[in-house]
Amino acid sequence: MAQTITQKILAKAANRAFVDAGESVWLNVDILLTHDVCGPPTFDIFKEEFGADAKVWDPKKIVVLPDHYIFTANEHAHRNIDLLRQFAKEQGLENYYDVGTDRYKGVCHVALAEEGFNLPGTVLFGTDSHTCTSGAFGMFGTGIGNTDAAFILGTGKLWEKVPESMKFTFDGPMPEYLTAKDLILQILGDITTDGATYRAMEFDGEAIFSLPMEERMTLTNMAIEAGGMNGIIAADEITERYVRATSSKPYELFISDPDATYHSKYRYDVRKLEPVVAQPHSPDNRATVRSVQGTKITKSYIGSCTGGKLTDFVMAAKILKGQKVSVTTNIVPATVKVALDLECERYDGQTLKQIFEDAGCTIALPSCAACLGGPADTVGRSVDNDVVVSTTNRNFPGRMGSKHAGVYLASPLTAAASAITGKLTDPRDFL
Amino acid sequence: MEKIIQGKAYVLGKNIDTDQIIPAEHLVYSLSNPEEVKLYGKYALSGVPPDQGGLPAGNIPFIQEGRFDSDFTIIIGGPNFGCGSSREHAPFALKVAGIKAIIAESYARIFYRNSVDGGFVIPYETSEQLNQLINTGDELKIDVESNTLENLTSKATYTLKPLGDVFSIVEAGGIFAYARQENLMAQP
Repeated sequence: MAQTITQKILAKAANRAFVDAGESVWLNVDILLTHDVCGPPTFDIFKEEFGADAKVWDPKKIVVLPDHYIFTANEHAHRNIDLLRQFAKEQGLENYYDVGTDRYKGVCHVALAEEGFNLPGTVLFGTDSHTCTSGAFGMFGTGIGNTDAAFILGTGKLWEKVPESMKFTFDGPMPEYLTAKDLILQILGDITTDGATYRAMEFDGEAIFSLPMEERMTLTNMAIEAGGMNGIIAADEITERYVRATSSKPYELFISDPDATYHSKYRYDVRKLEPVVAQPHSPDNRATVRSVQGTKITKSYIGSCTGGKLTDFVMAAKILKGQKVSVTTNIVPATVKVALDLECERYDGQTLKQIFEDAGCTIALPSCAACLGGPADTVGRSVDNDVVVSTTNRNFPGRMGSKHAGVYLASPLTAAASAITGKLTDPRDFL
Repeated sequence: MEKIIQGKAYVLGKNIDTDQIIPAEHLVYSLSNPEEVKLYGKYALSGVPPDQGGLPAGNIPFIQEGRFDSDFTIIIGGPNFGCGSSREHAPFALKVAGIKAIIAESYARIFYRNSVDGGFVIPYETSEQLNQLINTGDELKIDVESNTLENLTSKATYTLKPLGDVFSIVEAGGIFAYARQENLMAQP
């Protein structure tokens, strides 16, 4: 029977040859990811259900990456880091990346890739909705809550309903003014925030396979914004090159059968698409930048698992080189590695860091920071009636802090161009 | 498991995301320390813009000033309830506030799983736009066995979609209780 890539990976994890969309199966989990917000309550449930002295199913398969509330004076946030540290020690978790040490990484979804945990054909569950990011590596990744994560901690298994798949094909070579962020915002506008609920979103086509891994991760990252269970892109030579550079572990490549069954198929020609934003207060509230250009903004924010990778900053630097920003512009590298790369990576003879500093941007320390608001002292948190253009993933009411603020989700090119003018600006004006 | 759930309705709009259910700044409190747990009740639904809370009139607080629980027992929502983050703190906060069931047209996957697997609230689905038909403050009665909803204020009766596969997990009280019942894991 023909299967999609998602079915094939779940079939393997269920020790089956075939799984059908809609059936519930028990899966063997390859990696469980958690962080400082959901780790401590997950560990509490684990101890309550399996016993105070219980041991996790496999300490090598648990990855703990604190990233949400790191650079804050909030005492409860500090206590949560202490609880992670304590559990990691008790359980001998070698993949714990402690705050305040040289092991600290930053935003978990980007760090998972950098540290070689994303392997084609594997199954990842994480206590964060953006765990779907890892699907860019031809693997299954999805978010779960604390109770489900505690169940995995004790058993290494979880039930899941095999999703139907939706296919999104992007034809043509990517124009230089277009980014993966524009593609996913295009899809969101078309299918809305519950258009893929409980389904897999499979991305395909010439434009997709021309993208570097970081841009592919932007696409799969926002599958959850359409309600998707997972986003997935089959692994190719670009994927394998990235994986071989970060891991020596074995992996398995899967592709969808040509006659696999899809819930629906969408096809786009990227040469006909334009830079877009998602207007307040929903990721599906799409508009072309041209149609809302001139809207005044008070802040520009370039960061997060969606828009804080090296490729995002290279794009922003292309626009900001030799320019001055006219509103507060926060550059928040997702990880320590990205932050270090800003000092080495050059565009037109200057390091990215120098370009951003010369333009008047503020460079923050790597973490989730204001993407989700966070404690009151979080860098970049929106206040009062702020109007923010942001490379992050959500613009729900109050998401970046203030309930009265409005957030426009945009590509790094659009966020950088708008930072210069203080108004929503199409990046083609600067390219 | 209670066979009858009765209490006042709190009506909300569509796409109620987890940042509205419990804003991220509050996710730092313990979910096991009883004193801190109360704060999840205090801040439940505190991210909902005031004019969209307690429809159709709006501006009806879910939690009264100075309290840690709500006068309301059943939430009536629209499509895509609980979209956004994976925070289990969201259905947890609603439970702490005193909510026993939610009735919505559809749910985001993670919120739905968390509600069921954690045994926090029962997420009922309905094919009718009940948030257009029910007013905040109406006295509602859910009959769990017959999947019916009675509005004791307006005297209207509605049919809820059966819980299907997840009924046995809801009935057991969560995924751990269910797994023990089905011998999927050892008894404590």
